[in-house]
Formats: sequence, structure tokens, C-alpha cells
Amino acid sequence: MFAGLHDRTWIWIAAACYLAGLILGTISLLRGTRQSNAAINVIIAFGYLCHLLGLYARGQAVGGCPLGNMFEIFQFTAWSATTLYLVLGVTFRLSLLGYFTSCLAAVLTVTSLAIPAWDATRRVQIFGGNPWIELHASLALFSYGVFALLALTALMLVLRHHSLKSKHLGGWFSFLPSILELDHISLRLLIAGVILMTASLIGGAVYWFRDFDTVNLTKLLFTVALWLAYAVALALRLGGQLLAKRFAWTCLVLFAAALVSLGPVDASRNPPALPAPDHVVPR
Amino acid sequence: MSQEAFFVLGATHHTTPLAVRERLSLDADAATRFARQLSELGTVREFTLLNTCNRIEFYGVASDPAAVAQVQAAFCAQQNVDPAEFERFRLHLRGPAALHHLLEVAAGVDSQMVGETEIFGQVKDAYALAQSRGHTGPILNRVFQKTFQAAKHVRSHTAITEGHVSVANVAVDLAQTIFGELGSTRILLLGAGDIGEKTAKAFRSRDAGSLTVASRRLERAMELATALGASAMPFEQRESRLAEFDIVVCSTSAPGTVVSRDAAKAAIQKRPARPLFFIDLALPRDVDAGVAHLQNVFLYNLDDLAKIADENRAAREAELAKCRALLAERAEALWKQIEPRLPAPSHGGAVPSPRA
Repeated sequence: MFAGLHDRTWIWIAAACYLAGLILGTISLLRGTRQSNAAINVIIAFGYLCHLLGLYARGQAVGGCPLGNMFEIFQFTAWSATTLYLVLGVTFRLSLLGYFTSCLAAVLTVTSLAIPAWDATRRVQIFGGNPWIELHASLALFSYGVFALLALTALMLVLRHHSLKSKHLGGWFSFLPSILELDHISLRLLIAGVILMTASLIGGAVYWFRDFDTVNLTKLLFTVALWLAYAVALALRLGGQLLAKRFAWTCLVLFAAALVSLGPVDASRNPPALPAPDHVVPR
Repeated sequence: MSQEAFFVLGATHHTTPLAVRERLSLDADAATRFARQLSELGTVREFTLLNTCNRIEFYGVASDPAAVAQVQAAFCAQQNVDPAEFERFRLHLRGPAALHHLLEVAAGVDSQMVGETEIFGQVKDAYALAQSRGHTGPILNRVFQKTFQAAKHVRSHTAITEGHVSVANVAVDLAQTIFGELGSTRILLLGAGDIGEKTAKAFRSRDAGSLTVASRRLERAMELATALGASAMPFEQRESRLAEFDIVVCSTSAPGTVVSRDAAKAAIQKRPARPLFFIDLALPRDVDAGVAHLQNVFLYNLDDLAKIADENRAAREAELAKCRALLAERAEALWKQIEPRLPAPSHGGAVPSPRA
């Protein structure tokens, strides 16, 4: 029944699942009842599976990791965040993290699906046939997924701080995890994200040193600036200089900057954009 | 007639003043003596005695309509209470109303502190004692088993037990929203007053970490520390050693503040990654109000905690209608099961009104 579905159709199904998680979670919160983590996790897992099939189909069609246009970059980032949530987030046992992951994945997938221009053309041979560059790019985008999850825990930290300082603890604030739990998890995610992004930059640098002419300065500047900003945030956090609400706000602002930087980085890449392949069916 | 065979007789906090409840209360020996008397009456086939600080209730299966009057007379005689006075305050229900009452009691719906769970354990203990003495039979065994199921159902399907309603427990809840598990937290109790002690005990009951007591009278601090399994500290060191603690519970009777904003600021600077939580239960307040504006420092005073407790209480009370409807359904179903098995009274007699 599902065998003939196109890549975008699979991604639409995934987006619908994430939206369902968002709607169910919102209804639970509005009713003031504790939502079932198991139900949210099943919905996200099913959405994730469809997402994986859609990206796999796209990857098969383009002959590599699908990172050739804004649509694919947004999809890959949403998929990375969901992967991390399913692998790590579930073990954190943080109430509401599943709901927030659903919200983020829904926003990223639906936004990119709703703007056809983002998927009208795509750059080809962006990795120059070099698997190391492909690994570099996928690691970089995976670190974006980590930072996306970090942005969610940071948002929860901001909300928890606000609820405690303003002494509004009822309603859905009561479902938020404790400050220390959120702080510890945010720190671990920041460390993981910086390590992944560093590995990605090192991988890319090895290639650039061999063939410096192909280096795209805009992309390099944006990427290094973002990496530096996250690394400085980590150093300040570990040094006790950036803490609590300020730390959380920094993580949120940096993730917003990371998302905004995707546009100029994508636009500045060297290979020309060509029409995207027809929607494909996974084999 | 079968409605008369199942009854509850007693007195509760709803209608009986504390001074009267004190006179009606049975200690363990008196309860044993009274149970023996009931079993010798011959008109009460099965019974269970529930005796707590807020209620004394006899649940019974009678084979004679005169049984209730006999139980009342025996109880008043033992407690030396005028039967006419007892009748002014008493609770007497029969049939499905008595059954519904038992379900509400076990679920905490009828408690003074709505939704409290201690009563569930007290009902279980009362039943276990009656069962071990052979005072229960097929009717009460079934009734109590179904009562426990119904109480658990209500607790898990409504918000009747959510949110604490005592200031001490609300303070511990707040600490958990900041620190999560309390096992690794270090608590300083400033002042050895009653409310501080209650709060310290609430922390202890939820496995909080180390506890240190400081009072203006060191000997009182040491005394309380010994009682709580804590350590004592000179009161004068409270500000210099503030950074060693995560949670500070203040309840001194000092006329001015005992923790200044500067001291709190210095403390948080020494351990910036860990929040600092002040619970100020004193009047006048012990902690400088400016402390609340410090980064990663949280300050709650008595009014704040009382407000949360009131909100929790209101939320529980808002669930009452839902709980009562659930329990009414269960009571009705249970009554249908036990009614055919109840004994037919051996002779007629006047039965008091359902709720006197």
C-alpha cells in the first residue's frame, strides 16, 4: 500500500505525525493533564520512520546525502534532532521534551514542505564525489540537530526559571522538569554539539588545505563564527561565567542564528543549482 | 429491609468539634475492649472499627435492626458520653449511603485535608486488624477489597491527590522543581521553631540529603539536630557558610533579617552553577527581599507557600464532584453485589434517620 509513495509524500506523513504530537501535547497541556510520554514517543517514532524513508528515497535519487537545497537541509536538521531525541532524549525522561521535539520537527518539516521554491532546484555534486566532504557536511548538519535539541531544553529552562521567579507554578508549568536536570542535559548537549561540529570542521579543513581554491569564504566565515560562538558559550558555561537563564537564552539565540545562517550558507555554495529531480519512490 | 443490615455509626470532623472527638477517641486498649463487647452483642455479624484523629466509625453488618442502638449504647457507656449528646453529632448511614461513605473516606474525599492519602492506610490497617481478629466475614471482606480498588482508581484517574496542601510539603515540592532528586542537596535550617521542624521533617521524609540546624540557642539547635539526625552549627556562622548549602529554611523569631542580600550574593558567587533556594517561613521575614533578584537564587516566603497550598487545595476541591460521581458508580455496583447476601433482620424495629 505504501510501496509506491514518493519521497515528499513520506515526508508529509512524517510532518503529519509530528503535527499530531504537537496537537495532542497541546490539548493535554490546555486540559492541565499530564501527557503520556509513551503515546508521544510512538507518534514521533512513526514519524521518524516515515522521515527516514523519505530522506532515503531522496538520497537514492541524488546519489548521496540529501543536502542540496534549503528543503533538504531543513529536513536533515529536523531528522537529526528527532534521531537524537529517540536515542538520547527518551533516556533523559524529561517530561515535555517529546512534546517540544514534536513542535520543532513539525515546524521545520512543514515550513520547508510549504515553500515549494526551496525544493525547486538543488545543487549537484556538492561533495565533489569525496565521501569525506559528505561526512563533513552530514556531521555539521547533525550538530545542528544537537543544537536544535539544546534549544528545546534551553527553552524549557527559560520557562522553568520564569515560573519559579514569577511564582506561577500551576498549569502546564508543573510538567516542566527541574532546573538542575535541564541545566545538566543542556550542558551535555552543548558539549556533544561542539564536539560534532569541531569534528566536522576538522574534516572539512583537511580537504580545504589540499584544495584551497574551492573554499567558499562566506560559508567558511558563517560556519566558523557559529562554531566559535558555541565553543565560547561552552567555555563560559564550564568556567561558571554563563549560567542559568543567561546560558539558556544564549543557546536559544545561537540556534536562531544557526537557522538564519543556513540561507546565506546555502546560497553561497559553488555548484550551480539545477532543477530538483522528480519526486522519487524508495526502492 | 436489607438496607438496615449494612450500616456505619460514628462521629467525624464534619459535625463533631475537636473537644468532643477527643472524648470519643479510643486508645488501643479501649478499642480492643470495645471490639470484644461488639462481638458479644450477637446482633452484629461483622464489623470494623476505624479510629483516627478526625473520625471514629463502626462499619457493621447487623442481623437485627436494634443492633445500631445497641452499638451506640455500648460505645457511649464505655466512653462515658451522654447518648443524647452523641446523637447531636453522630453520623449514621445505612445501605448504599453507608457504602458510598466508606468509599469516600478511603479515597480521601471525605477527609479534612481533601485528597490526603494517609486515610487509605488507616482504613487498610483497620480492616486488617478486624480481619485478623475474625470480626469480618464475607460481606465486609468483599466491601473492603472493593473499597481499596475504588480508592486507588479515583487516585489514579483524578487529580484529587495532586499538589500538596501543607506549607511544609509545598516547600519540598518547590525544592524538587529546582533540584529534582533531593538526595544530594544540603539543607540549612535556621531557627528551631515548630514550622521549621515540620519542614525539616518533610524534607527528611522525601530522602533529602544532609541537614544542618542553626539556632540562636546552640543547645536547642543541638537538641533538634539530634532528633532529626542532623548536625548543628553556630548561628553566627550562617552567612559565612551559606555557600555550603543548597536550601535554606528560615524560621527564626529574630526581629530583623538574618540573611542579607550581600551574604546571599557572596554565596551564589562561590557556587554559581548550583541554584540557591531560600524558604522564609519567619514573621517578620528572615531573608532580605532583595535576595529574590539575584541570578539563580529563589526566595519564597510564608505567603507565597500558603498561596500555592491554597491553590492546590482549591484544585483538589474542584475534583471532588468528579470523584464523588466515580465513587457513586462503584458504590452502586458494589451494593448490587452485596445486597442479596445481607442477612434479613430477625425482627422489626425503629431505625434512626439516614444521616442524623
